Amino acid sequence: MATTLMKGNEAIGESAIIAGCRFYFGYPITPQNELPAYMAARLPKVGGTFLQAESEVAAINMVYGAAAAGARVMTSSSSPGMSLKQEGISYLAGAELPAVVVNMMRGGPGLGNIAGAQGDYFQSVKGGGNGDYHSIVLAPGTVQELADLTVKAFDLADQYRMVVILLGDGFTGQMSEPITLPSPTGRSFDKGSWSLTGTRGRQTHLVASMRLNPDDALAGLNAHLQEKYRLVEGRETMWDSLQLEDADTLLVAFGLSARICRSAVSAARKEGVKVGLFRPITLWPFPAPALAAAARGKKKVLVVEMNAGQMVQDVRLAVDGAAPVEFYGALGGLTPQVEQVVERISSHVG
Amino acid sequence: MSVEAVAATEKVVYDRPSSLVDLPNHYCPGCGHGIIHKILAQCIDELGIRETTILVAPVGCSVLAYNYLAVDGCEAAHGRAPAVATGIKRVHPDCTVISYQGDGDLLAIGTAETIHAANRGEHITVIFVNNAIYGMTGGQMAPTSLQAQKTKTSPYGRNPAEVGYPIRACELLATLQAPVFIERCAVTSVKTILKAKRAILKGLRNQVEGKGYSFIEILSMCPTGWGMEPREAAAWVETDMAPVFPLGNFRDK
Repeated sequence: MATTLMKGNEAIGESAIIAGCRFYFGYPITPQNELPAYMAARLPKVGGTFLQAESEVAAINMVYGAAAAGARVMTSSSSPGMSLKQEGISYLAGAELPAVVVNMMRGGPGLGNIAGAQGDYFQSVKGGGNGDYHSIVLAPGTVQELADLTVKAFDLADQYRMVVILLGDGFTGQMSEPITLPSPTGRSFDKGSWSLTGTRGRQTHLVASMRLNPDDALAGLNAHLQEKYRLVEGRETMWDSLQLEDADTLLVAFGLSARICRSAVSAARKEGVKVGLFRPITLWPFPAPALAAAARGKKKVLVVEMNAGQMVQDVRLAVDGAAPVEFYGALGGLTPQVEQVVERISSHVG
Repeated sequence: MSVEAVAATEKVVYDRPSSLVDLPNHYCPGCGHGIIHKILAQCIDELGIRETTILVAPVGCSVLAYNYLAVDGCEAAHGRAPAVATGIKRVHPDCTVISYQGDGDLLAIGTAETIHAANRGEHITVIFVNNAIYGMTGGQMAPTSLQAQKTKTSPYGRNPAEVGYPIRACELLATLQAPVFIERCAVTSVKTILKAKRAILKGLRNQVEGKGYSFIEILSMCPTGWGMEPREAAAWVETDMAPVFPLGNFRDK
């Protein structure tokens, strides 16, 4: 199969076009600027629309409008910009609109820095905006996976009428790797029953999250959303694993941290320490049952993240005391070091 | 003889526009929204665009406008209606997209979206209902509240030394090159209502003809928020608001 050398951020752009996305709205922020630049150059060539918005806030609301109009639509940003999009994401969730939102995370809080980081796990997985809602959160760890999961993200968004967040990091977005561009899945989703197109002979459609009247209407919407989320939890968890069977210690990491942990697994095994890796690909829904099974009988579970300890909370809930859970985090845009991971594995097993 | 039977023998000279849903609305007595909804519906009927119109309603008193107009409707977050309208219009360039907004929505929380949608010359029609107060939340100071106007959050009167002067949207937008139509109207009398209707018609026709961005500001009454009788409120628009927000056309190209 032919491979192409592509930068992560550009691979997302091309894969979105392969998935049929023809609308992109965004605002510049490092380290994801290659993606809007790619869309600005490519979308007009395929009959699409690229629009640089006046703010992240405007961009996510343009996404809301285009999604309401029935289009496959995308925006992208990095951590501080994602904070600005949270209101719009909550509205998208409330109105059940499908959209793909890319966050190439950088160091925070505040302006932080422009290095890759994983500090937005809580924001992405636990909500971020107001109200009881979830976004589907995908955590790619390589450029190939950025491409593949971008295509998958559009199908998931349309199938469940949800926001899908592609949660990468600045480093992965900046990496160039040979990849095989994904193929279109060929799946199509009928939006005719709810999208805004002008009535053209049918009853009016309304896209809204507000439910003022009757009194129980908002409870009904919430019950419906929760039912949908349970369905997604049952069907759509994804994870990957490496050398679990004979492992004494289980590493748990996502994205770039997991990539570093793969090297740590090899390095530790060379020293005779039996280590395996569990890598959640969906951060929401979190693959808790699979992780619980993987952790059973292990001496230690070591969670490695590029933050001060966020996913580790979900790992503890999943493992539920079946094994001790430790944490190693690299802060402020630093990456975990293989030697450090190995050292912590060794210090915990023995 | 029933009313219908009598009506059948007569020539109908006035009827509910078909784009206006036959539903009691939630607006207060004397509020201008009902009038504006009606003339907007009349314009949609006259242009024959009901089935290709999409209405973006704001956060504020007119948040439920989509219940009263028989067109596809979209809710927007506070201040974001022009951005939402942009997304819709870019997907459906053949549809007529209306962003219906109040003063807090359009000129406070949504100022950036307002100016940039106008500056891009988005092919949308913005209907800006200026009643110099936040009605839905109970009468707070708006960006268009008049100097010395008493509201819940300016109980001693709007003091320009602390909170500045009322913002004039038409004049502000008229500094931009892209808009094709900018006009300020009122709905205080039959005469001003007819003029407002003509402006809305022009704004919608511009979009149908692919001309570009149109902005129609309508000075409107909020008797409840102002603590006035409806007739007194209409008079206040003419005596107090209009001198600050002069009626007239600011752009027609």
